[in-house]
Amino acid sequence: MEGMLLSLLIWLPILGGGLVLLLGNNRAETARWSSLAISIAIFLLSLNLWIDFDSNTHLMQFVEKSSWISQFNIHYHLGIDGISMPLIILTTFSTILVIIAAWEVIQHRTAHYMAAFLMMEGLIIGVFSALDAILFYAFWEASLIPMLLIIGIWGGDNRVYAAIKFFLYTFLGSVFMLVSLIYMYNHGDSFAILDMHNLGLSATEQMWIFWAFFLAFAVKVPMFPVHTWLPDAHVQAPTGGSVILAAIMLKMGGYGFFRFSLPITPDASLEFADVVIALSLIAVVYIGFVALVQKDMKKLIAYSSISHMGFVTLGVFALFSILKMGQDGSLISINGGTVEGALLGLEGAMVQMVSHGFISAAMFLVVGVLYDRLHSREISTYGGVVNSMPKFTGFAVLFAMANAGLPGTSGFVGEFMVILGAVQANIWYAVLAATTLIVGAAYTLWMVKRVFWGPVNNEAVNTLNDINGREFFILATLAIAVLLVGLYPQPLIEVMHHSIEHLLHQALSSKL
Amino acid sequence: MTIESLNFFPFDASSLMVALPEIFLLSAIVVVLLIDLFLTERFKQVSYYLTQLSLLVTGILSFNLIGHADTVILSNSFVLDGMASVFKVFMSGATMIALVYSRHYLHEHGLYRGEYFTLILLAVLGMMVMVSGYSLLTLYLGLEILSLSLYTLIAIARNRAVAVEAALKYFVLGAIASGLLLYGMSMIYGISASINISEIAAFASAADLGSRETLILNFGLVFLVVGIAFKLGAVPFHMWVPDVYQGSPTAVTMFLSTVPKIAAVAMLVRLLIDGLGAMHNYWSDLFMVLALLSIAIGSLVALMQTNIKRMLAYSTISHIGFIMLGFVTGVITGYGAAVFYVLAYVLMSLAAFGMIILLNKKGFEADMISDYKGLSKHAPWFALVMLVIMLSMAGVPPFIGFYSKFFVLQQVVDAGFVELAIVAVVFAVISAYYYLQIIKSMYFDESDKEISIKAPMDVQLVLSINAILILVVGLFPDYWMQLAISLF
Repeated sequence: MEGMLLSLLIWLPILGGGLVLLLGNNRAETARWSSLAISIAIFLLSLNLWIDFDSNTHLMQFVEKSSWISQFNIHYHLGIDGISMPLIILTTFSTILVIIAAWEVIQHRTAHYMAAFLMMEGLIIGVFSALDAILFYAFWEASLIPMLLIIGIWGGDNRVYAAIKFFLYTFLGSVFMLVSLIYMYNHGDSFAILDMHNLGLSATEQMWIFWAFFLAFAVKVPMFPVHTWLPDAHVQAPTGGSVILAAIMLKMGGYGFFRFSLPITPDASLEFADVVIALSLIAVVYIGFVALVQKDMKKLIAYSSISHMGFVTLGVFALFSILKMGQDGSLISINGGTVEGALLGLEGAMVQMVSHGFISAAMFLVVGVLYDRLHSREISTYGGVVNSMPKFTGFAVLFAMANAGLPGTSGFVGEFMVILGAVQANIWYAVLAATTLIVGAAYTLWMVKRVFWGPVNNEAVNTLNDINGREFFILATLAIAVLLVGLYPQPLIEVMHHSIEHLLHQALSSKL
Repeated sequence: MTIESLNFFPFDASSLMVALPEIFLLSAIVVVLLIDLFLTERFKQVSYYLTQLSLLVTGILSFNLIGHADTVILSNSFVLDGMASVFKVFMSGATMIALVYSRHYLHEHGLYRGEYFTLILLAVLGMMVMVSGYSLLTLYLGLEILSLSLYTLIAIARNRAVAVEAALKYFVLGAIASGLLLYGMSMIYGISASINISEIAAFASAADLGSRETLILNFGLVFLVVGIAFKLGAVPFHMWVPDVYQGSPTAVTMFLSTVPKIAAVAMLVRLLIDGLGAMHNYWSDLFMVLALLSIAIGSLVALMQTNIKRMLAYSTISHIGFIMLGFVTGVITGYGAAVFYVLAYVLMSLAAFGMIILLNKKGFEADMISDYKGLSKHAPWFALVMLVIMLSMAGVPPFIGFYSKFFVLQQVVDAGFVELAIVAVVFAVISAYYYLQIIKSMYFDESDKEISIKAPMDVQLVLSINAILILVVGLFPDYWMQLAISLF
């Protein structure tokens, strides 16, 4: 069983989702309980990845490989390293929360809803563990299908527009990736991602491939200026859809930069690092201001997501201004940069992805709790919620603080690490990035002020019931996760350390 | 002139064994036709079952010939090779599926007649002759048997003006295309002095080919390409496609949008690869233009359709573009990619039209996109089936449509046409929009009326299997890709 753990993690949810689908919507209660059981089982199984993980190597672990399409030398090839493992556990963790969060809320086509999330879980785990480019692409694209249906069926009033925009945007982004994967196969006769890492490519080839990858991953992250689908998708999606979208699907883009862009096109990454950093800083600063003026809570959090994901791309690409590689393969510092600085940037980006997974999930769930009660996402509907929902407000304020990057929460760790790294690259990067601590605090706390504190503007707010046990459980679990990563991030950083270090060398070794 | 020299038709009965499927089918047609004449209204079902049985036997006979050594008979005008047998098996199978879907439709719309089945069988016979045609005459003969059957099939709904219009349009334009094709053939015969494919190939690849010969060959070639492009429905020879697809009874549309495409690809292979393979660099440029135009126009115009049959017509045009891209590459694996694509297309298109037929009611064609509103609520399983078909056509993994596009793109990039691949994928994304419209109708829109599935069990069962195949062949495409390449 040890040798098939990843396959189990991928196919159990997909088959389980199929079974739940067969149950039909008339047996909603059975569908709920069986989905919960499946998702918990998957989560417990995925913990084995962490337990048996060897963090002293950058090599792929839990590897499975068998021939799939021999005509193109395509293999069913799975494996994880320190970069993908935390993201898989994040996926299995979030899916449980989403299923619990939908318990009473989704009364319409319950079985289909649960099935869509289970199938998506399997497909996303497939994305994070595929070591064959076509297998990766198949999972990557297939994971759009359940999300399309989730937004389109259970979404808000403008759901059709949002769902189709989401699908076409990401589809357009990824087809260019497909062409460049094919191009590399035709040169290296292998679709194995690890072989592509070692494939020699000229500067021009790298440039084209880099931009093809960039389009695919930047749409997913999303980076300015291809972020416009995200606010639409988030606002229209049901709470669960927003949670998975923000907590996991955005990470697929960040993961792509780690797994594809840096190691496959190191020279192009170096050449265009400044462009990516500029776009990241625009996302961090400008989108932060955009978030400030939002009237819709979900839209505000969506923009805040874009802004926070800017840290991920910043942390990744800052390394090119910190270090370069000498002729003999040793790392040379630029302007006094250190290896630690570059590692801080990369690891900070990873921590930020995980932390954003928790915080954005929590924020969307907070909005979901309010939306379930008053069916409004407008900030102006609320005010003085603390009077009727004190326990809930406690959680909401904690997550808002984490979103603003308060020390002690996970939001602080990732952003601080990235800023520390960025200081070595260019002090201005750091200064601009650090403004988010102010802007982020401004938009989050201002929202908290208008929603939770202040006078009660709306009669309905007085009648609100505080969170029930189910909601308490979800929010408490996330609160623990946020605090745990915030106070003691060491275990998380440890598992990824060797993989990140290896990636750093790959990213700095020229292929020319 | 002696008796011997007149005996240009050396008849050896045992050599006819390689044409056994055709011979059987022809006999079966006569039998079905005659039996049908004597059937009373109560026993009309018999001709349907006899037709299915004939196709089944034809398929089995063709299947048995797979692996038979390549043989040319009847004065080098009829060939049996790997491609011929495999295509014949697929054509029989696809026609059987189409007939399963059609029966219910024909009853509902009062088109259930013995002639329908005879004509379908005749069309299949014509296609089998095309697939095995190894001289210009045999190919043309097969094409005409097919075309004349199709014209009549479309007009079988003679009370409907649109159907008659479609038949007439198809007939007139088809006749022009046949004329062009014949003109091209006559040019090639005129310069090479042979109608035999292998002799034409020998002539065209001769090292000492003068510029005059090349010019005339090229001249004929252009007309051949036009004729083939018309039969495939490639832009700019696609004008008939939307009207004919929309006007024909859905059962006929289903048949004519699927099986004849296999035959047209076979004719393409015989004429342009087996025959004029040496001129590849001339016709591949033409194909590149045709392919790009087809993909572009097919994807863009489909966006505006509200009639699903018309939308599928334009979607077919863009699929044809991808198939032609495979032939542009000029290598065996590229041709294999095109053949894999056409087989995948037939599987998807059968299912798509099967869905339209499934939702048919007496006197009502469920051919507007809005007819699918709320399908996921009333018939969740068939909404899922349609979802699979549409996503597969859009080229989303893990369905077969993705792998067929992937295979063609891989070959196109390998041949050095990266730009072509990029343009093709951009249009693939554009075309995803209209497939999403159907998904939107089924899943996102609330239904204003009740939809009930009245189709008999056999239709539901075969359609479900058809959709599952789209998924399963997508998950395990290796065998089929190898098979497609092995045909060349």
